Amino acid sequence: MSTNMTIHLRYWRQSGPTAKGYFEDRTLSTVNEHMSFLEMLDVLNEELQLEGKDPVEFDYDCREGICGSCNLVINGQAHGPKKGTACCQLHMRNYSDGDHITIEPPRASAFPVIKDLVVDRSAFDRIIEAGGYVSVKTGSAQEANARPIPKNDADLAFDYAACIGCGACVAACPNASASLFTSAKISHLSHLPQGDVERSNRVVAMVEQMEEEGFGDCSNFGECEAVCPKEISIAAIADMRRDYARAVLQG
Amino acid sequence: MISLDAKIPEGPLEQKWSRHKKDMKLVAPNNRRKYEVIIVGTGLAGGAAAASMAEMGYKVKSFCIQDSARRAHSIAAQGGINAAKNYPNDGDSVWRLFYDTIKGGDYRSREANVYRLAEVSNSIIDQAVAQGVPFAREYSGLLANRSFGGAQVSRTFYARGQTGQQLLLGAYQAMMRQVELGGIEYFTRHEMLEVVIIDGKARGVITRDLVTGEICRHEADAVILATGGYGNVFYLSTNAKNSNVTAAWRAHKKGALFANPSFVQVHPTCIPVSGDYQSKLTLMSESLRNDGRVWVPRTKGDNRHPNDIPEDERFYYLEEKYPSFGNLVPRDVASRNAKVVCDQGLGVGETGLAVYLDFRDAIARDGKDVIAAKYGNLFDMYANIAGEDPYSQPMRIFPAVHYTMGGLWVDYNLMTNIPGLFAAGEANFSDHGANRLGASALMQGLSDGYFVLPSTIGNYLADVKPGTRYGTDHEAFETAAKQAQDSIDRLLNINGKRTIIDFHRTLGRIVWDKIGISRTKEGLEEAIADIRSLRDEFWTNVYVPGEKNNYNKYLEFAGRVADFFELAELMAMDALDREESCGCHLREEFQTEEGEAIRNDEEFNYVSAWEFKDRNGVLEEELHKEVLNFEFVELKQRSYK
Repeated sequence: MSTNMTIHLRYWRQSGPTAKGYFEDRTLSTVNEHMSFLEMLDVLNEELQLEGKDPVEFDYDCREGICGSCNLVINGQAHGPKKGTACCQLHMRNYSDGDHITIEPPRASAFPVIKDLVVDRSAFDRIIEAGGYVSVKTGSAQEANARPIPKNDADLAFDYAACIGCGACVAACPNASASLFTSAKISHLSHLPQGDVERSNRVVAMVEQMEEEGFGDCSNFGECEAVCPKEISIAAIADMRRDYARAVLQG
Repeated sequence: MISLDAKIPEGPLEQKWSRHKKDMKLVAPNNRRKYEVIIVGTGLAGGAAAASMAEMGYKVKSFCIQDSARRAHSIAAQGGINAAKNYPNDGDSVWRLFYDTIKGGDYRSREANVYRLAEVSNSIIDQAVAQGVPFAREYSGLLANRSFGGAQVSRTFYARGQTGQQLLLGAYQAMMRQVELGGIEYFTRHEMLEVVIIDGKARGVITRDLVTGEICRHEADAVILATGGYGNVFYLSTNAKNSNVTAAWRAHKKGALFANPSFVQVHPTCIPVSGDYQSKLTLMSESLRNDGRVWVPRTKGDNRHPNDIPEDERFYYLEEKYPSFGNLVPRDVASRNAKVVCDQGLGVGETGLAVYLDFRDAIARDGKDVIAAKYGNLFDMYANIAGEDPYSQPMRIFPAVHYTMGGLWVDYNLMTNIPGLFAAGEANFSDHGANRLGASALMQGLSDGYFVLPSTIGNYLADVKPGTRYGTDHEAFETAAKQAQDSIDRLLNINGKRTIIDFHRTLGRIVWDKIGISRTKEGLEEAIADIRSLRDEFWTNVYVPGEKNNYNKYLEFAGRVADFFELAELMAMDALDREESCGCHLREEFQTEEGEAIRNDEEFNYVSAWEFKDRNGVLEEELHKEVLNFEFVELKQRSYK
């Protein structure tokens, strides 16, 4: 039989975007090792509500590591201690009885807090809006097999396309840079012939939008790659810089 | 009186869609910008429709409840998407895809709709590749295919185990391009609460801004609901936590018919429930049943470690009951039998609600490396969630709800019985009958969004005078906004003692036990009584925290759970009405001695379409029947022997 653990939680409370935030402490004594991290927060919220208190708000949806909604910073680490794992897939068996856990929202000026642990990541949508697509209208596509794509290129494109847009890369970066997110989309599309046509316009538009949103520069810390739940390679950032320089120099 | 005209075009099956496209009215390009279309939901159906219609020149308003369109639950689909390309030269064709789908649905779907789905399937693959969707490829550089259940050909296209994600990102990116170009006005963290109907036509929606709590009014010439399925009525399902029935249900309460609500697919291989705190279930690909053997201990209460239970004390129930199909029986049969053995007390694990899926013999036969190469990522996922090593001991699995075939009734044009109100993707009932085949959900969502709605919406709008505006201060908007606000206020004012999740979990348990894998008249009648009494308690004893003018996730949940209560009762009524077994719907009274489903084509060859009636506060539903005409295929009993 699984046994209950006691976990000492410290989590961020902030009633709205302009309100002053603070940490609140609470000890949970019924944490089961098979719970996911977010299920532990569900238990916390049930307890709070039974006492007539407001639950802690946090973002989540699929709870299977693919939608990218959850984005907690756990003991200073985006998505917590397990490599290549979004926090919805982190289980409490990775913790021990009596552990202290601090939970914060991702800290970045481009991700303003909405409430408690929920932040506004619409900046990511606007970066994609700037050029993260192939400009093909519905109905105008040619036969799918008309253009063979080397398997290695398709596989590499997939590796970058796996990004779930959670923002852990921004949370982990000392500069709060969105370079890994932005470059992952650029690399996905530039490794495919369909995306190659708009390559120069895309990289310039997306990089400029990224800067406009207030994300910091990349200083090669590599923290983004370390926390990425999809383990996307920072090689994408090098590609993005090279493409950007080439596009700007060529005018 | 509601007329149930499916508006199926005349002519031979293979010419219906092309003839219909020829006959439909058009809106000229310079007039399209004068029409506004509201699209609720940004999954495959909603996202594809929003992008495509904006490209055509319509003014689109797109709404989603998540913080970005990219997070809709289509993203979680793993396996793949079917198309009749016949690249492997193994005899596939549009007809064969059509036939497999209609047979897989146990002959409870419309021939014309399903044929159109098969017909446009190839264009979906072309479109996705052009968008840069990184499908799996052969070393030749050409697209790869794999096989899926219910078919004897390889027609499934895939992008590793993340096909839904890649297709959704394709649609999302096409949408974002239109946001940039001004064709789409984009609203995230907005939940639709009411449809606004003026002179009998859908003319707008009421939404709640989930950040500020503001009740917003939006007017348009047509409204499309692409809001997904209602699997979360069971509380535990493979659906995302925010998936809900609210948009579809509120439309139903405004007069849209709800079709086949009891048709819910239960997937046999999911990671089982581990405790009361569990919030969702995770699917494991059914491909595992190719090599895994399903069993439970023969003796009740056998608590030994599975590896210590000798061969002759293991009950390989699928192999014993279905010697020719063994562990590879269809999903519905596998799910049903797992429930039967657990009901007999033979289930395993802490909760007794699990069966073993054992790879011991496969590993002994093929070696660990071969098994790891086939299923490594699934084994890792299992180990991460369950905390056990499936290479050295059997997996524990149990069935879970993951797709709803039922939904809003629509005609061939995907329009509900309310003019101007359309439904697409999992939110409608149209293409899968009583059972959906694997890799068909993505196909249907994108077919509806990219290719069907962009044509059929023009046929409707051509009869709407361009620039018709009633104004959002029109009485119908006032009433609908007040309804939305009143139901929120009512929930916040109850101030009871039980939490929303507690109610939802209890409701889910009733629905799972009595309207789940197998149903009986007695059980369904009990379910209706239980649901009603729990619903009464909900409205007097639920505790909804927080405020309305703020971000408040639990307030959102409260509204959705209230709708699930009403839907659950309708599901039971529908299951009660259908005195036959078909596809996912097994009525225990209608099965052979061996437990095979007995379909009754004489009496039940229809789509049930329910009309909501509110008589003095008492909920009532009136059944309408759309009889299915099979002109092109012969109805047969499915057999697994």
